[in-house]
Amino acid sequence: MKTHFMRKTADLTATAALCCCMAISTAILGASLAFLTSKGWGALTWEFITEPPRAGMTEGGIVTPIVGSVQLIAVSMAFAFPVGILTAIYFNEYAADGTLTRLLRLAIRSLASVPSVVLGLFGFAFFCSFLRFGVSLLSAGLTLGCLAIPTLITAAETALQNVPQDFRDASYALGATQWQTIYRVVLPSALPSIITGGILCVGRVAGETAPIMFTGAVYFSPGFASSIFDTVMALPYHIYVLATAGTQIDKTGPIQYGTILVLLALTLGISMTGIVARSHMRKKL
Amino acid sequence: MDGAKLKTESLSMAYSANAPYALKDISVDVAENSVMAFIGPSGCGKSTFLRCLNRMNDFVGGVRVEGRVLLDGSDIYAPEVDVTALRRKVGMVFQRPNPFPFSIRENVAYGQKLLGERNKSRLDEIVESSLSSAGLWEEVRDRLNEPAVSLSGGQQQRLCIARAIAVSPEVLLMDEPTSALDPLATARIEELVRELKKDYTVAIVTHNMQQAARISDATAFFLMGELVEAGPTTGIFTTPSDPRTEDYITGRFG
Repeated sequence: MKTHFMRKTADLTATAALCCCMAISTAILGASLAFLTSKGWGALTWEFITEPPRAGMTEGGIVTPIVGSVQLIAVSMAFAFPVGILTAIYFNEYAADGTLTRLLRLAIRSLASVPSVVLGLFGFAFFCSFLRFGVSLLSAGLTLGCLAIPTLITAAETALQNVPQDFRDASYALGATQWQTIYRVVLPSALPSIITGGILCVGRVAGETAPIMFTGAVYFSPGFASSIFDTVMALPYHIYVLATAGTQIDKTGPIQYGTILVLLALTLGISMTGIVARSHMRKKL
Repeated sequence: MDGAKLKTESLSMAYSANAPYALKDISVDVAENSVMAFIGPSGCGKSTFLRCLNRMNDFVGGVRVEGRVLLDGSDIYAPEVDVTALRRKVGMVFQRPNPFPFSIRENVAYGQKLLGERNKSRLDEIVESSLSSAGLWEEVRDRLNEPAVSLSGGQQQRLCIARAIAVSPEVLLMDEPTSALDPLATARIEELVRELKKDYTVAIVTHNMQQAARISDATAFFLMGELVEAGPTTGIFTTPSDPRTEDYITGRFG
């Protein structure tokens, strides 16, 4: 009887502990969302997202950093997408399974865990100084791209591995070369899930501050960047500036929380698009 | 030349330098415009043998091939041979239907597009004639732009046959093409194979002895990487010369 009682107690305790931890995780998200919404909701108006900042950023909106963030995403993906996919193709289709390949894979996994501030300093030293791109949209976009590449490679490799060997066999048996097989059969089959991986990656890149603060994001810019060598404002850096450099906190506070809500909506929105696209494609397969 | 379209001379093959031979000293002739069946228990090397005939085993790293495989008298393992050109001459149909995730039309046109054919009316002609030869045209003529995976398993396999013959091969290799199909679909494929030998030379691997007896002109029996005997199908099935062949076809093992 005692054992039965003890088993029952252990079972209840475990259930309670699991529920408790789940509640804590959810509460973190819920509480931060509630806090940010209560602080920033009042700032969200149509003017807020369509007008540039005014009066030392104590008035006006945030359209300049919104556009700047979108431009940064575009530059980073234009760089990271091809490099990531082609690297994944090399690993999955060409590289022999040897020590060198394993070392290279390890190097890429390690790149994924490099802190973003380190990448930011690397971007400053390499893109801004060494390649003379200066502090610019281009340098910042490339640095963000470096952050996205390892994740993209992993996503693309998984997608390529999931292309059935049958397709490759059928293509080779029809007299296709390796590149024809990759270009005409393997890539088109894998592309939907590669794109999904890319979208999830964009969501992450959009929220990064450290890689862009030395390389291209600025405190204030009177207009949009019209060339890749211009500097840009960006949402995450704008938040950082508002939170640390302002003296009129009563005026910049609401703008800061409003900006946070917009950035959250942007990154969550992008990630949700990726997740929905992925589940949609899983259903189709 | 002795009328053999495809011929192997003392063909031996191992999957790596130190591995034991998967095929040992196989010499066999496949006559032009005939169907030759390769039978034997699982793991006897019949599929491996088939994949030597269009060099699909090349992808296995370190594979070792000895002896010769002659197509129209010339060795397909000679150093100057272009493997992609060889595979266009020696087409292949696989065990499981493996259409590409494209439309029916794109599947059939694939091989021609690899060759750089861009002319749409020419491609349409080839798609129609190939699907007709594979006995599928009437069933799919109104839905050529639908995805190939929307077809039934048997239709998919006939689509794969159409795709293979769209590049005008001379030889068709079929690796257990009906093992994933139901009896009705199997009957359609068998009928098709008998039709195809008018234009092509067919080598077919099958685990189904009745199938070999129904569709082939000649049969070769493999056992543990060796060719036990080969000859006209009627002879193999009525008066096998080797006791092991008799044991196998009477169902004593395998």
